[in-house]
Amino acid sequence: MACIEAHGLRKTFGTTVALDGVNLRVEEGRILGLIGPNGAGKTTALNAILGLTQYQGELKVLGRDPWTERDLLVRDVCFIADVAVLPRWLRVSQALDYLAGVHPRFDRAKAEGFLAKTNIMRTSKVRELSKGMVVQLHLALVMAIDAKLLVLDEPTLGLDILYRKQFYDSLLNDYFDCSRTIVVTTHQVEEVQHVLTDLMFINRGRIVLDCSMEEFERRYVELTVHPEQVAAARALKPILERQVFGRGVLLFDQVDRQQLASLGEVRTPSIADVFVGVIGNQAGQAQGAAR
Amino acid sequence: MNPQSNAMPEAPLDSQVPAPAVISATRRMYWSVRRELWESRSIYIAPLAVAALILVGFLISTVHLPDKMRGALALNPMQQHELIQQPYNFAALLIMGTTFIVAVFYCLDALYGERRDRSILFWKSLPVSDLTTVLSKASIPLVILPLVTFAITVVTQWIMLLLSTAVLLGSGVSVAPLWSHLPLWHMSLMLLYHLLAIHGLWYAPIFGWLLLVSGWAPRAPFLWAGLPLLAIGVVEKIAFNTAHFAAMLGNRIGGGSGGAASTAGSMSMDSLTQLAPVQFLISPGLWIGLAITAAFLAAAVRLRRYREPI
Repeated sequence: MACIEAHGLRKTFGTTVALDGVNLRVEEGRILGLIGPNGAGKTTALNAILGLTQYQGELKVLGRDPWTERDLLVRDVCFIADVAVLPRWLRVSQALDYLAGVHPRFDRAKAEGFLAKTNIMRTSKVRELSKGMVVQLHLALVMAIDAKLLVLDEPTLGLDILYRKQFYDSLLNDYFDCSRTIVVTTHQVEEVQHVLTDLMFINRGRIVLDCSMEEFERRYVELTVHPEQVAAARALKPILERQVFGRGVLLFDQVDRQQLASLGEVRTPSIADVFVGVIGNQAGQAQGAAR
Repeated sequence: MNPQSNAMPEAPLDSQVPAPAVISATRRMYWSVRRELWESRSIYIAPLAVAALILVGFLISTVHLPDKMRGALALNPMQQHELIQQPYNFAALLIMGTTFIVAVFYCLDALYGERRDRSILFWKSLPVSDLTTVLSKASIPLVILPLVTFAITVVTQWIMLLLSTAVLLGSGVSVAPLWSHLPLWHMSLMLLYHLLAIHGLWYAPIFGWLLLVSGWAPRAPFLWAGLPLLAIGVVEKIAFNTAHFAAMLGNRIGGGSGGAASTAGSMSMDSLTQLAPVQFLISPGLWIGLAITAAFLAAAVRLRRYREPI
């Protein structure tokens, strides 16, 4: 069964189209990165999946309609919306008590175990914790819930690199297994590249790229060439070109790797570069069309 | 969450054991109400502080108590009665007024605060329905605060009585008039009836309205709670030169003409003969008010579902 399945998902705010006929399918046991520029519709898509907003079109999450069956769905779904949502007056011990009180799938011992690895004190209030510790606390709470789908919307926003790395390491080592599904949106794409199994780019309410990471690695090639080879490389229609230390770095989509290797060094590009290539080109085309 | 330590501490391996599958609605409600008490500690701190102030003031006043009691013996029983009961009724009134103000501010913030600080996203990530949440918040002014008021008032009155007794015994004045004019059990019963009937039932539409505004207001819920009512009153006055709406509000806040006690406003809570529970329970005002409360709360539940964080 697909964990998330959407057909023609649409959502408008007045005249602004936030989601413009999105089709997507996320299988169980995947870690999907939903990447897009600001205002692309990422959060709207996640809110629709979580049953926080109404939408047009067809959407099933774990086989349920997230808007009409939200109360049932929320038992199997967890989310961290962004770093600022834990109420500031809440004590750590109260958070544990409350979750143990209301959530049928919350394992208190597990949460205590995660917290024991941090410097978070049981008696602290959220307002007394640093930003990084608040995210650690939220993650500890969420990881102790035996949910089928975990949705993370910019979970590491505003954290320093150590906390960001720890965040994804704990998620992979202590939480993820093949029966769970994780959907994450972030701007720090470099850090999630090795974490993801699937990748989606969203721009202006539409999915512009949808592939697994294996596919991504097959499909996109970054070629570094000496200036004399640049013309030959350009003939193969790169989607992005830049200069690094006087050498040309070109990004190709679905061009034969052997052929490129004869021109210079080839390697798998970063998600960030492909993102700039794919979304940047779209923006360029749109501007061209406007003129 | 140190990534280097791969060994997990106590017991996470038994996570394969399925957690208890069902959590009853009562248990969710219980924890939701506890959550409210964690967040709004003024629910019990404010009346406790006022009770402490009353006791301090009363303690100072006991200096004159023996003289006052000697003087009271010269008065007729009716005046004696009033003089002796007066500080006790005043204490009850003061604590009740405090919790009413706490209830108003609590309601205005209950559904507004969680949207303002975006913590609503956290609460909504947990399996507690909007209905449970709104009902748990409504239970604070309708059930919890009247009970808190009752408990604190009764304890305060008993401490006052015991203090007075100790002072009088120390100065050799008879305590008999004091005890005979203070039927505290009886007074407590009256107080409980007043709190449940007036604060819990008669005032319910006021709290329902405040909760609704709190769930809707884009900002400044305090203004939004008051201004529309003022506007309706002003329009009615200008258009028809009548003041039915204002009279209706006044009646609601004043305790109601068909109120729980025939002299509900005067707060003299010492005689069961003044009670008219049957009359109160069959008065249309009560039931119309409760129906309006239900409508306000249903709207608040719906708003919580649809409104996004501010």
